[in-house]
Amino acid sequence: MTEGTGLEATTPPAATAAGGGRRRFRVSSLFAPKEPIPRVASVTLGLGSFGIVLALWAILSYGGVMSSFFLPSPTAVAKALYNLFEHYGFAGDVWASTRRIMLGFLLSAVLAIPLGIAIGSFRIFQAFFEPVIAAVRYMPASAFIPLLIIWFGIYENEKIAVIFIGVFFPLTLLIADVSANVPRELVQIAYTLGASRWQVFWRVLLPASWPGVLDNLRIGVGWAWTYLIVAELVAADQGIGHMILSASRFLQTDQIMAGIITIGALGLATDGIFRWLYRVLFPYAERVGR
Amino acid sequence: MSGIEVRGVSMVFETRRGRVTAIEEVSLDIPDARFVCIVGASGCGKSTLLNIMAGLIQPTSGTVLIDGREIESPGEDRGMVFQRYTLFPWLRVRENIEFGPKLKGVPKARRREISDRLLEEMSLGAFAHAYPKELSGGMQQRVAIARALANDPKVLLMDEPFGALDALTRASAQRFLTEVWEQHRRTIAFVTHDIEEAIFLGDTIFVMSPHPGRLREVVTVDLPRPRSLDELATPEFVALKQSILKLILG
Repeated sequence: MTEGTGLEATTPPAATAAGGGRRRFRVSSLFAPKEPIPRVASVTLGLGSFGIVLALWAILSYGGVMSSFFLPSPTAVAKALYNLFEHYGFAGDVWASTRRIMLGFLLSAVLAIPLGIAIGSFRIFQAFFEPVIAAVRYMPASAFIPLLIIWFGIYENEKIAVIFIGVFFPLTLLIADVSANVPRELVQIAYTLGASRWQVFWRVLLPASWPGVLDNLRIGVGWAWTYLIVAELVAADQGIGHMILSASRFLQTDQIMAGIITIGALGLATDGIFRWLYRVLFPYAERVGR
Repeated sequence: MSGIEVRGVSMVFETRRGRVTAIEEVSLDIPDARFVCIVGASGCGKSTLLNIMAGLIQPTSGTVLIDGREIESPGEDRGMVFQRYTLFPWLRVRENIEFGPKLKGVPKARRREISDRLLEEMSLGAFAHAYPKELSGGMQQRVAIARALANDPKVLLMDEPFGALDALTRASAQRFLTEVWEQHRRTIAFVTHDIEEAIFLGDTIFVMSPHPGRLREVVTVDLPRPRSLDELATPEFVALKQSILKLILG
């Protein structure tokens, strides 16, 4: 670089705050709004919150505060989880649920992404689709379950339909928001650089939308789990929700909790995959490694 | 004549609270290869006027001619630089610069020549592969200028391009833009609310007054070029600044 042209690169703003490695550490600095905190602190806090939940659970159960029937101990739940996989074919349930999630979510995403982007980018699509989608979105997917059982039976199609109704409509609107919020300046710049409408759509609106789309898919997959379990609790021959319901009939609270924890773990894993995808696909995005 | 001719341009926006006249009957001439600044308080319609010159919005009445031809839509003969959200964040610096030529289908080798030359000229060579977020605000604006120049436009339209920069970066950005202009000799229409900036950069200053936006005065800046920062303290500069300030404040 030549000197004197000015406008030199600066260090990213985070570096000034993170440069405190050698500075004296102050507890009060942890409470500065929006400022980054040391990695050690964030990992410790994250593990700490898990630890506190676990500790409370341990005190309440091992300490005999609550009966082992109402609140089985951590070891009892761990044992139940092991037994479920070992003797009750729980892996089959987990796979059945995961497969339903993948199919239902994929179907929702495949349709919601193009429709959402179209609604967010073109007023004509917005005027046509948005009112009806906004209306359906307020009808709870769980309320459709009885109807969907009559239409599709109690097997796979019904589960996928429940997920679809629960995920597709709100996801479409979120994705529409992402496209609608692409800065106007980017579109205008493209026009002044000689882009046609078509080029503005493909080369500006689409690439500018992808990071936000992935963000919302990550949120949507969480809904998918909620609706799937509801559907499985109502009627199913297999799946995590089905296992939980059977366990409840036999008052197996340890198995119920093992099932819930399994869902939590699967959710966490899915979230991790999405975060990893975000980092890999969008290295240019402002908030990397969230 | 060549250059930009603005002929009786008015812009009326329909809002919920009725009609708002953003610009009323503005006519002005920007001769070829001239550096002009448009100054005025916020609400004087200076950005609207620039957007009309770009062809991004259509005036309610009046016309804008570029080299004698009426403009109806944005075009590659008029490059634009905004204050914010200027670069495409998903493209690297080089790809940002090559965006215009690529749209036109310029062959890769030729695009590469164009971007190489501009990268060198803007002292951005080391950052060809960087993403915009890795650059400082001042560098981002340099890339934005390079990207506009890559299309070889007749006119550069700049809407407060340095408005978001800190004072020091801003001063060097102004100097840098002057150098670019002296090399490329494009017509530049530069919108700003900073009077010093306008005097430092422009040959001619169009002073606008708000509500509704009207052209109030055309001020010619006779200061010699190249102008240095020392100029900011000369009596001529100060007097010019005072008189423009009075025009703006009414």
